Amino acid sequence: MQRIGVFVCHCGSNIAATVDVKKVVEMVLLEPGVVHAEDYQYMCSEAGQAKIGAAIADKKLTGIVVCSCSPRMHEATFRKCAERYGLNPYMVEIANIREHCSWIHKDMQEATEKAVILARAAIAKVNLNAPLQAGESRVTKRALVIGGGIAGIQTALDIADAGYEVDIVEKTPSIGGRMSQLDKTFPTLDCSACILTPKMVDAAGHPNINIYTYSEVEKVSGFVGDFTVDIRKKARSVDATKCTGCGVCQEKCPSKKTPSEFNRGLGNRSAIYTPFAQAIPNVPVIDREACLKFKTGKCGVCEKVCQAGAIDYAQQDEIITEKYGAIVVATGFDTIKLDQYDEYAYNQSKDVITSLELERIMNAAGPTKGHLERLSDGKAPKEIVFVQCVGSRCSDDRGKPYCSKICCMYTAKHAMLIRDKYPDVNVTVFYIDVRTPGKNFDEFYRRAVEEYGVNYIKGQVGKVAPQPDGSLLVQASDLLDNKQIKMKADMVVLATAIEPNQGVRNIATMLTASIDTNNFLTEAHPKLRPVESPTAGVFLSGVCQGPKDIPETVAQAGAAAVKVIGLLAKDKLTTNPCTAKPDELLCNGCGNCAKVCPYGAITYEVRQVNDHGIREDRRLANVNSALCQGCGACTVTCPSGAMDLQGFSNRQLIAEVDAICR
Amino acid sequence: MSINNEFRPKIVAFCCNWCSYAGADLAGSSRLAYPADVKIIRVPCSCRVNPMFILRAFEKGADGVILCGCHPGDCHYSTGNYYARRRMTLLFSMLDYMGVENGRTRVEWVSAAEGVKFSTTMNEFVEKIRSLGENVRLGDLRCKN
Ligand SMILES: Cc1cc2nc3c(=O)[nH]c(=O)nc-3n(C[C@H](O)[C@H](O)[C@H](O)COP(=O)(O)OP(=O)(O)OC[C@H]3O[C@@H](n4cnc5c(N)ncnc54)[C@H](O)[C@@H]3O)c2cc1C
Ligand code: SF4
Ligand code: SF4
Repeated sequence: MQRIGVFVCHCGSNIAATVDVKKVVEMVLLEPGVVHAEDYQYMCSEAGQAKIGAAIADKKLTGIVVCSCSPRMHEATFRKCAERYGLNPYMVEIANIREHCSWIHKDMQEATEKAVILARAAIAKVNLNAPLQAGESRVTKRALVIGGGIAGIQTALDIADAGYEVDIVEKTPSIGGRMSQLDKTFPTLDCSACILTPKMVDAAGHPNINIYTYSEVEKVSGFVGDFTVDIRKKARSVDATKCTGCGVCQEKCPSKKTPSEFNRGLGNRSAIYTPFAQAIPNVPVIDREACLKFKTGKCGVCEKVCQAGAIDYAQQDEIITEKYGAIVVATGFDTIKLDQYDEYAYNQSKDVITSLELERIMNAAGPTKGHLERLSDGKAPKEIVFVQCVGSRCSDDRGKPYCSKICCMYTAKHAMLIRDKYPDVNVTVFYIDVRTPGKNFDEFYRRAVEEYGVNYIKGQVGKVAPQPDGSLLVQASDLLDNKQIKMKADMVVLATAIEPNQGVRNIATMLTASIDTNNFLTEAHPKLRPVESPTAGVFLSGVCQGPKDIPETVAQAGAAAVKVIGLLAKDKLTTNPCTAKPDELLCNGCGNCAKVCPYGAITYEVRQVNDHGIREDRRLANVNSALCQGCGACTVTCPSGAMDLQGFSNRQLIAEVDAICR
Repeated sequence: MSINNEFRPKIVAFCCNWCSYAGADLAGSSRLAYPADVKIIRVPCSCRVNPMFILRAFEKGADGVILCGCHPGDCHYSTGNYYARRRMTLLFSMLDYMGVENGRTRVEWVSAAEGVKFSTTMNEFVEKIRSLGENVRLGDLRCKN
């Protein structure tokens, strides 16, 4: 029989206001095995832990139940406490009487009764606990960053500067992400390329950074400290070791009619291309769908003009397998599709554009060489209307329920830049709210209104109708003056909602990292662990976790790097001892368990067993505890009831069921 | 156990550690109430729940059992919830055949971010069990005094 101590926490008034803690103490003392029970203000505090320590010594406790907050919060704390006072840490169980009880119930009697039952279940479990010893696993001192936008670049640079090797996997032909598509950046209006390009160059030249562009993660296995990842390096059709980046191939390529992804389809590119002039690496790829050589077998111009002999039409995709200790997701975002927003006439008129398209138009290297002009007829617009919150803060399923966060600021930026360069152009912004929390953000917005005379109207645009004369009729409401507005515009710019990048669901599944209903990756704790995913060893950087501007992205990228460095600095990690264990007398070597183990932790071997005096050789299941993650799939699959899970054994779980149903 | 003579069902909720238990924690920290009849047992993964545990619960007088796990594709252990789903489909139809109506058993996917879903699911489930009344079929067989 165990000697169990029960410690009931008040959590200030968080628990004690709804649960009668004294009553809980009184009731648990009646339970089998309980030799000690007490309550205290804050069990997790130094003084609270000292009380536990004293009871362990005085009452010779062999097991502990702490009735407190969620084990996800303080199980580790109390395990460490037990260990400090000489008790095996796995002799501790938590009864969650805060999140699962006091916080959700109002009636004191009801909550107290429930708390007692939850405590009984934990006591019943501890009665069957056995001391467990944590093992150790090694840490591969190398990190993988998925996505080479500003988030991924910054995370990689910070990790590399700390002395660890990092690989960046970027699916497009160049690193840089969305930031490389931007013209100027708020709130300082410095040019995006001028601040981004040096970082791209740093990353490419860093001795600890290795960049795989035009590549994607294909398979992930393993666990924290020891991931194995397959990376597909898509065939570039250009030998990167020979290419000098002269660009002749792109000039001479006769297939020039493919919409440029980098320019959001506003201009065309050749079949062999680098997405933009400062691309890193400066090695083109052949888009095999557009290439005449691949489509018709005729052409081969690039091969002929390439002085370096770098063109390689026969190049194949390559799979690289590499080991990592930590993985950072930095897959960023895209703008939503506007197919369902017919009222803005985005698909009908070339002069209705998204803000990201405007970035390209304003950029000197963009499709109009930086001249503000209408895409329909090349004329200079005189009247521009901006529509904010297109698809953001949306209650129907055409758009997104959340605020995209960056649009208020970049719209103010666009309006200001246009008024600055073209003072005779009128700019009107329709907004629902202007949200400018951030250092120097509100000042920035006020400058747009006060200094640059941008006309802000609180109201929604109901319809944009292309007119026969080529102009656009904008119908909107003015909520402050309570009137309907009809105005003509030459150009309409839609501040389109952002959403996580397409492939992120697939990445999350491979990493078993969770994702929320909007496809943003979930953090381990919304406040206290914002850059870690709930899956150990997987970290989050940038907009893949939630909408952010560049300063916030860079801050989060650095934070993710620190977490990675903290992990890679360790030589060994302690492993979870709650692993599966077969009973050799019950196992008949049927082989069912290995089939369901996701980690390949189970093998079979022939061993001699002593079955009640009879010695014989039997085929038996064998669990590699370094590989077993303790899911328990095998335990339920086992037809002989031989496989059990330490820490969550059949008997323990049944004891909990019994205690609850008593 | 009854307060004001009203029927208070016994409900066991198995929650996986990574998604649903965290979802229940979020329901708690967001103060999203559901009846105290629900008692949660933490398991590492929904695939750890042996059909035996559920039979045991009904034998011991539970009026409803719900199993919550990560959404398909999001299992912390990749595939655990698929096993759980298959096993439970079989078990629940067998239980129904034995007289433990389908409404008394449920599998629900709740992520760590879905505190609201956890709370609404539990409210719905308790409502359902209250409408079905006490479980007598398996409970009568043995163990109940
Ligand atoms: C119109 C507009 C204007 C803006 N203006 C400003 C501004 O003025 N100031 C400011 O601070 N912020 C601005 N922003 C916000 C800024 O763009 C973002 O904060 C920033 O780009 C986020 O960086 P990121 O690395 O998280 O994501 P991204 O820039 O999206 O980078 C993600 C990278 O990951 C890659 N990737 C995606 N999926 C995969 C995969 N499965 N495998 C491998 N690689 C993958 C992508 O190709 C991309 O290179 C603006 C945004 C928009 C839309
Ligand atoms: S508990 Fe069983 S199935 Fe799960 S990882 Fe361990 S050995 Fe594999
Ligand atoms: S399923 Fe059970 S009996 Fe079969 S090999 Fe595994 S442990 Fe042994």
